[in-house]
Amino acid sequence: MKDEATTREERIENLKGMGCSRKRVEDARFTQGKGNYVDDIKLDGMLFGDFVRSPYAHARIKNIDTAAALEVPGVLAVLTAKDLEPLGLHWMPTLAGDKQMVLADGKVLFQGQEVAFVVAEDRYAAADGIEAVEVDYEELEVLVDPFKSLESDVVLREDTVDEAGKALDGAHGPRKHHNHIFTWEAGDKDPTFEVIDAAEVVAEESMYYHRTHPCPLETCGSVASMDKVNGKLTLWGTFQAPHAIRTIVSLISGIEEHNIRVISPDIGGGFGNKVGAYPGYVCSVVASIVTGKPVKWIEDRMDNLMTTAFARDYWMKGRISATKDGKITGLHCHVTADHGGFDACADPTKFPAGFMNICTGSYDIPTAFLEVDGVYTNKAPGGVSYRCSFRVTEAVYFIERMIEVLAIELNMDAAELRRINFIRKDQFPYQAALGWEYDSGDYHTAWDKALKTVDYDGLRKEQAERVEAFKRGETRKLMGVGLSFFTEIVGAGPVKNCDILGLGMFDSCEIRIHPTGSAIARLGTISQGQGHATTFAQILASEIGLPADSITIEEGDTDTAPYGLGTYGSRSTPVAGAATAMAGRKIRAKAQMIAAYLLEVHDDDVEFDVDRFVVKGAPERFKTMKEIAFASYNQAIPGIEPGLEAVSYYDPPNMTYPFGAYVCVMDIDVDTGVTEIRRFYALDDCGTRINPMVIEGQVHGGLTEALAVALGQEIAYDDMGNVKTGTLMDFFLPTAWEVPNYETDYTVTPSPHHPIGAKGVGESPHVGGVPCFSNAVQDAFRAFGLRHTNMPHDHWRIWKTANELGLHD
Amino acid sequence: MIPARFEYYRPKDIAGVLSILEEHGDDARVMAGGHSLIPMMKLRMADVPHLIDLQDVGGMSDVEISAAGIRIGAMVTQHDIIDNEALASVAPILREAALQIADPQVRYMGTVGGNVANGDPGNDMPGLMQCLDATFTVIGADGEREIPARAFYEAAYMTAREDEEVLTAVTVPIPKGGYAYEKQKRKIGDYATAAAAVQIVKEGGSCVSASIAMTNLSDIPIYSEAAGAALVGTSVDDAAIRTAMEAMLGDIDPTEDNRGPVAFKKHVAGVILRRAIERAWSRA
Amino acid sequence: MGKKQHYSITVNGKEEEFLTEPRELLIYTLRERLNITGPHIGCDTSHCGACTVTIDGKSVKACTMFVAQANGKDVTTIEGLGGPDDLHPLQTAFKEHHGLQCGYCTPGMITRATKLLEENPDPTEEEIRFGMAGNICRCTGYQNIVKSIQAAAAEMNAAKEAAE
Repeated sequence: MKDEATTREERIENLKGMGCSRKRVEDARFTQGKGNYVDDIKLDGMLFGDFVRSPYAHARIKNIDTAAALEVPGVLAVLTAKDLEPLGLHWMPTLAGDKQMVLADGKVLFQGQEVAFVVAEDRYAAADGIEAVEVDYEELEVLVDPFKSLESDVVLREDTVDEAGKALDGAHGPRKHHNHIFTWEAGDKDPTFEVIDAAEVVAEESMYYHRTHPCPLETCGSVASMDKVNGKLTLWGTFQAPHAIRTIVSLISGIEEHNIRVISPDIGGGFGNKVGAYPGYVCSVVASIVTGKPVKWIEDRMDNLMTTAFARDYWMKGRISATKDGKITGLHCHVTADHGGFDACADPTKFPAGFMNICTGSYDIPTAFLEVDGVYTNKAPGGVSYRCSFRVTEAVYFIERMIEVLAIELNMDAAELRRINFIRKDQFPYQAALGWEYDSGDYHTAWDKALKTVDYDGLRKEQAERVEAFKRGETRKLMGVGLSFFTEIVGAGPVKNCDILGLGMFDSCEIRIHPTGSAIARLGTISQGQGHATTFAQILASEIGLPADSITIEEGDTDTAPYGLGTYGSRSTPVAGAATAMAGRKIRAKAQMIAAYLLEVHDDDVEFDVDRFVVKGAPERFKTMKEIAFASYNQAIPGIEPGLEAVSYYDPPNMTYPFGAYVCVMDIDVDTGVTEIRRFYALDDCGTRINPMVIEGQVHGGLTEALAVALGQEIAYDDMGNVKTGTLMDFFLPTAWEVPNYETDYTVTPSPHHPIGAKGVGESPHVGGVPCFSNAVQDAFRAFGLRHTNMPHDHWRIWKTANELGLHD
Repeated sequence: MIPARFEYYRPKDIAGVLSILEEHGDDARVMAGGHSLIPMMKLRMADVPHLIDLQDVGGMSDVEISAAGIRIGAMVTQHDIIDNEALASVAPILREAALQIADPQVRYMGTVGGNVANGDPGNDMPGLMQCLDATFTVIGADGEREIPARAFYEAAYMTAREDEEVLTAVTVPIPKGGYAYEKQKRKIGDYATAAAAVQIVKEGGSCVSASIAMTNLSDIPIYSEAAGAALVGTSVDDAAIRTAMEAMLGDIDPTEDNRGPVAFKKHVAGVILRRAIERAWSRA
Repeated sequence: MGKKQHYSITVNGKEEEFLTEPRELLIYTLRERLNITGPHIGCDTSHCGACTVTIDGKSVKACTMFVAQANGKDVTTIEGLGGPDDLHPLQTAFKEHHGLQCGYCTPGMITRATKLLEENPDPTEEEIRFGMAGNICRCTGYQNIVKSIQAAAAEMNAAKEAAE
């Protein structure tokens, strides 16, 4: 169909390419109840497996009696470590280079640990079977505090010591103690200490970033189906990295990789929870092999909160030095990282503390030193990146709190302190003291825009008046102005330094253009709500000149999609989005040759224009991409193969560095600890904006998860290692009632090394939001002498702060 | 989360309910909306071999308002309470409290009877009913008997109702004066950190009667007679409120949980009570 | 004990009869027995609302109701609200205003919203936030859910006015 009548603007609009708020193609099925999540999968003869879990946080298992369970009608098998051992599957590698028990091998290390796997005809029989398994435990001393763990004679992991009881080296070097996992350092110790020791002003602070959990609304689960006739294993599951799961399953099971098909169906939110490999996945596979039938395993919410993938749990000690007029000179950070019973965090191999070394933040800090010690305790394993690139929330929280503490030390306005220390626009690309090269930024412009929009000076004036009114006894509410300026580091990453278990962290896109000018593109990533089917089609539409509505995006099936490392750490757009653009450009290059042939001119005499190639200087002579697609298949073109396909595996040259400026205005009831968010302004710079509607949605969601973490969401343990927050009564997920409206804004500083200049946005609002909410709480009490208090800022902890400051007297 | 097996009954009348209760004793439990019991059964924290669903038993779903008082059938839901304009005009505290219970879906299912009968210290209706001096009607093999709400609660999940009895109705004298139900919670769906139900009668600028009850601050709801008495005869000024708060604090016995330590709960209880008194007084 | 019983439930206008244990939770009856997989399971303890359906005119969390309790009742799920040829205004509005991301809470959210608008056809933002507080969404931060419901309400009210 020729479309000469339309204007160029209309042609651009018809593409629904980058920059437009295209409505999501995913939504039709989700709004009609036709999503296909893992628990929706139903196969003939499918069995159901579930775990007997440990009620104790640390215990030796003296005996497991499965006889009564096997008598329960409908129960077919009960697997224990003894059954998995001959297959070598009683332990499995973690993504962090440690190993983890699939089923308790002689002892348990955390409450809820998987002890036995009951396989039954349905979930009812499985539940009854679990009740009938008798486990004889001998309770052991419980270590829930990482500092005590590092001093304790109790050996949590017997594989960490030799026969004489001496600590063996771990995956990342020597251990300092048998319960110590690793030490990781970045930066220069001696120069940093010298600078700090000689500084005019030094602020020191200790802070605890509490343990929490990503808690997507859909829990983790899998369905394994071993087809013994063909020798093929199909594994559906809640996998944020399906290809990596396939490789790992192949490596640990011995099944050749071509005989394994891993499928991530629709995923009901991930936020980092679904990156790791869990015992449930392995047990569903083994059970399917044992029984010859498909086996489904689905967590309930309590299992989810207690066992799969906690986040954070960082004890951070900082020192920051400055001149007396506020120019920062040095930063030192020490972290004691509680990893629980197994080091199962999901970080690139060379980064056992993730990208914690982005903790110099958005500031030009000439010298810095970071050291992280990982520790085993009797808590659930994990350490995943909950809506952030690896440990970046911890890093940004740390520096944004240190800045506030330094501002107090200097008796200076915290916004001004940030301004005078920002990396300047002309310093990019900027080499940070802890090793990263920031690609681009314009922090001052973003900050000024944010402060102007919220009338920062007016807010400070109002706050000062409120403090006076409070002192006069006219109000019991204080006002906090929370500031945060964050720089994320996302898009892991360059294969030269980023791999997980040896798998390079490139990503991929494969495009096939159909003869009639529509297309399918497959990627190595997997959407969990981010809307890839919508936005990646937009990238392609702009790159290849076919309407986004004519492009199908497919992810998550390892038999059809090209290999990639998946979706987490805001890496989809930076890495797979780049692969998409690069593959699109290969399509366009071939299309150019075809167009030139059809137009009977030299290749260099045609140029791409929105949806067509035109003869330079003669725009009336053109071939649309649709025409070119048809010709590519159906016209014999000398020297050119038929078809129009391309694939790109993209190894990014650098990470991308999105940034943003957030301001939160909060009122705090000093007597009850109740907080009310009056205003929240979020300016995000994620480089080139692919779909503003989707970006805004990501910001709303990330901020809400930040609100939850800052104001109440935690995985809390008692001294016996019992989880105190195992249901949604106690684990804080805010409802519509607790959440404010957010104001969103943006600047655009494209990434210079990314093919389309995009940087990624899904996690920024969480990373920047947590310190902003926390700073708002803490700022409210600054006038009364508060330096720092730990999150979560739930009612009683805020009350405690007020109480300790004497505000109830 | 899957509950253990049980035998299910849906009798058509109270006689049917009572005969099953008599037959199975402790092993049988009645269920109204089920929103307290079912989660406990799913967590296998409640073992109920014989489950008696009351939904087909007639005569327990009406709200009758007369000069003598308000009779609320045990199967009246919180949603019914909120939705009942006549009830809201004679006893507005009931709507104010019901709106602060759980969430919309749960309020469609949660009943007044279930809320007062199961003895969960987190439930809001027991304290409210103590404030209003309600009477609970229970029926057993020996017939009906009336138990004052203020004498109903013995310990967490322990009440004056015998295992073989069913709570069928709540009768509330028409409340007089100003009212307030004030509740602090962490989020929608949470139990109270502290909640106060207050009903105050004002005559000629002074308080002639006051009734105060507190929720989730002990293992039972706390009707604080002393706190109410502290307001009577005063103009409910700051000193009187402080005395009432002190009296209330002497009656409650909170325990530490995820909502906070004891000192915090006591402090909040005082603040919440003050706010409830002030609001009730302003409406009196 | 707990022997199987015959039950009959009308789901989305269709009468379904089957034999099962009384302890079967309604959410599993719908999802596994009747293959109505729109309603989801999010929390198991009646906090999240992903399993919300309408039963005899009430919004109910199907994870907290035994099949035996639902016997003889009329159940509507997201699948019964509208399909490709007759979308409910809420289904359209959620797409139009980006009221969903991963889609997991969406069926429960929309089903609950139908009932909210039935009871309150022109709700304020505060009324929407309060009336939807039994449904948790982890992705959207609710802002666009509120917007979607407001848009659907306006659409439905306009249609009603036009019809009168």
